[in-house]
Amino acid sequence: MTFELLTFFFFSAVLVFAAFMVITIRNPVKAALFLVLAFFSAACLWVLLEAEFLGIVLILVYVGAVMVLFLFVVMMLDINLARMREGFGEYLPMGAIVAVLMVAEMVIVLGAGDFSLENMPQPAGHPEGYSNTKELGRLIYTVYVYPFEIAASILLVAIVAAIALTLRKRPATKSQNIAQQIQVKSSDRVRLVKMPSEKKPGN
Amino acid sequence: MIPLSYFLILGAILFSLSVMGIFLNRKNVVILLMSIELMLLAVNMNFIAFSHYLQDISGQIMVFFILTVAAAESAIGLAILITLFRRRQTINVDDLDTLKG
Repeated sequence: MTFELLTFFFFSAVLVFAAFMVITIRNPVKAALFLVLAFFSAACLWVLLEAEFLGIVLILVYVGAVMVLFLFVVMMLDINLARMREGFGEYLPMGAIVAVLMVAEMVIVLGAGDFSLENMPQPAGHPEGYSNTKELGRLIYTVYVYPFEIAASILLVAIVAAIALTLRKRPATKSQNIAQQIQVKSSDRVRLVKMPSEKKPGN
Repeated sequence: MIPLSYFLILGAILFSLSVMGIFLNRKNVVILLMSIELMLLAVNMNFIAFSHYLQDISGQIMVFFILTVAAAESAIGLAILITLFRRRQTINVDDLDTLKG
């Protein structure tokens, strides 16, 4: 067994374990943390497949931003865990049967030899100075430039939608009204009172 | 040397696990969203494996776009979740029956 194969098995074992824990663990915070572990091992596998840029993007963008967003939301919500678990065992046999059948079918199809090393050999390594990031950038800004711009506008729409959904006006919030503030005259604030001086008592 | 079929089978296992997750956690919207993320990860794994073995980098660009759309989807999904929780004080799927579907 080569070192490469050993690495593959290690990372896939961690990935499958983490994915299994995500769907079975009781606490959603722990589920989110196991999802982070799953993404991390997947990123390691992608680096093994020479997709270095996407591996790093998965860690930085996914683990760094999306999963932290998940954690924030999970911690903000006050979830009744006991009620959430109702029906967990009820659907377990059904879900397990479907999952096992799907895996068995896929193994029959994929393991038949069409994708074995003889029919699809591992490609030779890239020449010295090859940069995965550079190649990706070259394609994105030439061939795929329109899809790239559409992706950018999808992100913009997502920002606007997320803010519009969660923004709310609180009636109790105190805020400044700048226009009213600068229209104030000194006569509104200070009242000068004229009164005669008092005489000293006892004179 | 790792055969391509290993990566494809790993993707299939991940995908089936997330399908099982959707079956099991039918009540919890947060875990449902996480299962969808896992599904997209399985699909991305297939894209990258094929892109490596066929020496065609376009597969990696597809993964790039999938990641973008998945990030947008989860952001909007979580925003909907928060609005829902503010209204109903619950994210249990059974309680969300206003539409009587």
